Amino acid sequence: MERASTYNDHVVRQFTIMTIVWGVVGMLVGVIIAAQLLWPALNFDVSWLSYGRLRPLHTNAVIFAFGGSALFATSYYVVQRTCHVRLFSDGLAAFTFWGWQLIIVLAAITLPLGLTQGKEYAELVWPIDVLIAAVWVAYAVVFFGTVVLRKVKHIYVANWFYGAFIITIAVLHIVNSLALPTSLTHSYPVYSGVVDAMVQWWYGHNAVGFFLTAGFLGMMYYFIPKQAGRPVYSYRLSVVHFWALISIYMWAGPHHLHYTTLPDWAQSLGMVFSLILLAPSWGGMINGIMTLSGAWHKLRTDPILKFLIVSLSFYGMSTFEGPMMSIKTVNALSHYTDWTIGHVHSGALGWVAMVSIGCVYALLPKLFNREAMYSVKLIDVHFWISTIGVVLYIAAMWMAGVMQGLMWRAVNDDGTLTYTFIESLNATYPFYAVRLLGGTLFLVGMLVMVYNTWLTIRGSKPAEQAVAQPA
Amino acid sequence: MSSFWSWFIIILTVANVAAAIWLMQANTKRAPGETDTTGHKWDGDLEEFNNPLPRWWLILFYVTVVFSVGYLTLYPGLGSFAGTTGWSQVGQYEEQMAAAEEKYAAFYERFAGMELAAIAADQDAMRAAGNIFGNRCAQCHGSDGRGAVGFPNLTDDAWQWGSTPDALLASIGNGRNGAMPPMGAAVGGDEAIDEVVAYVRSLSGLEAQADKAAAGQQRFATVCAACHGPDAKGNPMLGAPNLTDDSWRYGSSVEDIRYSIVNGRSNQMPAQLDALGEDRVRLMAAYVLQLSGSTGE
Repeated sequence: MERASTYNDHVVRQFTIMTIVWGVVGMLVGVIIAAQLLWPALNFDVSWLSYGRLRPLHTNAVIFAFGGSALFATSYYVVQRTCHVRLFSDGLAAFTFWGWQLIIVLAAITLPLGLTQGKEYAELVWPIDVLIAAVWVAYAVVFFGTVVLRKVKHIYVANWFYGAFIITIAVLHIVNSLALPTSLTHSYPVYSGVVDAMVQWWYGHNAVGFFLTAGFLGMMYYFIPKQAGRPVYSYRLSVVHFWALISIYMWAGPHHLHYTTLPDWAQSLGMVFSLILLAPSWGGMINGIMTLSGAWHKLRTDPILKFLIVSLSFYGMSTFEGPMMSIKTVNALSHYTDWTIGHVHSGALGWVAMVSIGCVYALLPKLFNREAMYSVKLIDVHFWISTIGVVLYIAAMWMAGVMQGLMWRAVNDDGTLTYTFIESLNATYPFYAVRLLGGTLFLVGMLVMVYNTWLTIRGSKPAEQAVAQPA
Repeated sequence: MSSFWSWFIIILTVANVAAAIWLMQANTKRAPGETDTTGHKWDGDLEEFNNPLPRWWLILFYVTVVFSVGYLTLYPGLGSFAGTTGWSQVGQYEEQMAAAEEKYAAFYERFAGMELAAIAADQDAMRAAGNIFGNRCAQCHGSDGRGAVGFPNLTDDAWQWGSTPDALLASIGNGRNGAMPPMGAAVGGDEAIDEVVAYVRSLSGLEAQADKAAAGQQRFATVCAACHGPDAKGNPMLGAPNLTDDSWRYGSSVEDIRYSIVNGRSNQMPAQLDALGEDRVRLMAAYVLQLSGSTGE
């Protein structure tokens, strides 16, 4: 068969396997730092095992290594299937794979060494930032090149979301990382003071909005209708919530800077747009879950569909919680507490990880020429372990967060604070223990996935798949 | 903010929300003649229904828009328009602080002229001071006030800056900058330093070679006595510690003392007056006296 008449699934296979690998690594680091919060001695007085260095390693590994690999894998798979054409360039696609892996390895070396720009979710030093920009441009060329070559007139909704994610992340990454280098490992940002903070959270919040939301909605829009064997619930809802989501998300960043030196007007706009964002965010959830109407019974037998649908439930919960937390009155209680950590993980574990896991389970048999995963039962086991893990994790952090917020603001009759900070920390320990248990369960689920994957792909002979003719 | 930027913000804000509303309106209902599915088909079996937007979802969207319009009318947000309530976060802060001051001032005012010893005997005062200590002082001095390396123990009877009421009020209110200069060169080389170390250790009865200590005494008298005094009992006016007691800010081992002499030491007690006000500073001075079991000499 000619190359052009087959799909490039090689790069999809690579990214899919690395999704699982980086998922295990990133979550393992998460479990380690969760344990360090409970038993600080676990850093063994080794600087590169200290919490402050492992925490950015954890966030970078789960967001960009695990989540990023999942996005690369699924977007390459989906854009070929829905454009009925092979990827625009095999060479550039391979460059994105090896480039992205190199970036991850460099991150895993530099962050423990303490090399950082000190910007949350953008910690990597400037030479790595340059490499990210290069890989990202190549990614855009491969993706949009493929869309341009498509054999169908209409662009499938999943590709809108993937496209928006790719373009916006390029803009966010480049603008936020602008810096003046002073050495190979050090630089100063071109912004200063509150402008720097605002640029950082414009980046930070839209990294959530476009990397962790739009990108994964793209995933959802292909794999849920495919897995359910049902048409997408509403095309017009897709259109409406897509444009509303991407235009309104852009404004929401200032809610990370409530009650700071950021001017009042910017704080208010951040809050207001976060609230208006609620309905557009939920549009994706409705479209995904309602796609199942008429096929609800499949949830009983298909654990992959369980992963996908439950991930949307967590998505809906997080995107409700987010706007609520952006309300200044609520934020005054929740900010700087573990509530924020709970919120982030209900999104990161419940939504991002679970939708990715579901998609990877759906992809693996197709990519490795198998009928199905080695064990469907084990997918179900994985599903329940991770669901229980997420629930334990976020419930513990919610309670801890609200408790901390209330303790910090409690005042005695003489105007003094009722509790010292250390007392609130002491009171948090039981919740840290439950969080550690929840996180460990989630990691155990990933190990079940590794086992199942290994037995599925061992000895397989992946076959080139012919490009399907448009209907 | 210039009027250009103000209008820039207002127009962008209003345009974005208006566009979203238009989007909802334009797509709410199925156009006449539209079919169940869009007719698009991808990858064999991927299709799309064309269901209308759920009504409850639209209502949710409009509710958030209405709330936002109300909010941006009442509060700052639209460029330089300050909102009809005149609210600002600085204003809110000042209001709350003034209200708190009014509410709690009476409690603290009664300590204004009181002797520190009398305040230290007042249970209410000490409870409040204990809470303040836990939140403002314990970070360095420890929650039991026993300090740490580099941070003074407040429960013993060693007072670097003195324990008179005036000295305590000044230490807490205005803070202190303590500096021991690097003295290695002035003392005169490695051997000389060893001798001074031996002498300093001997002052408080720690193990030291007698001949070295004796030699060190000479050097001490010419160099160190300027601040620590000929009897090495220190000088609270300079913040020079008493070297004859068993209180050691930076440790009493040969290595620690040697390091102090060669590299010097500097430390800072931050001023608390701006944050606490005079009455609470007075309360804290009494609390510190009470911690050490002293009555303030």
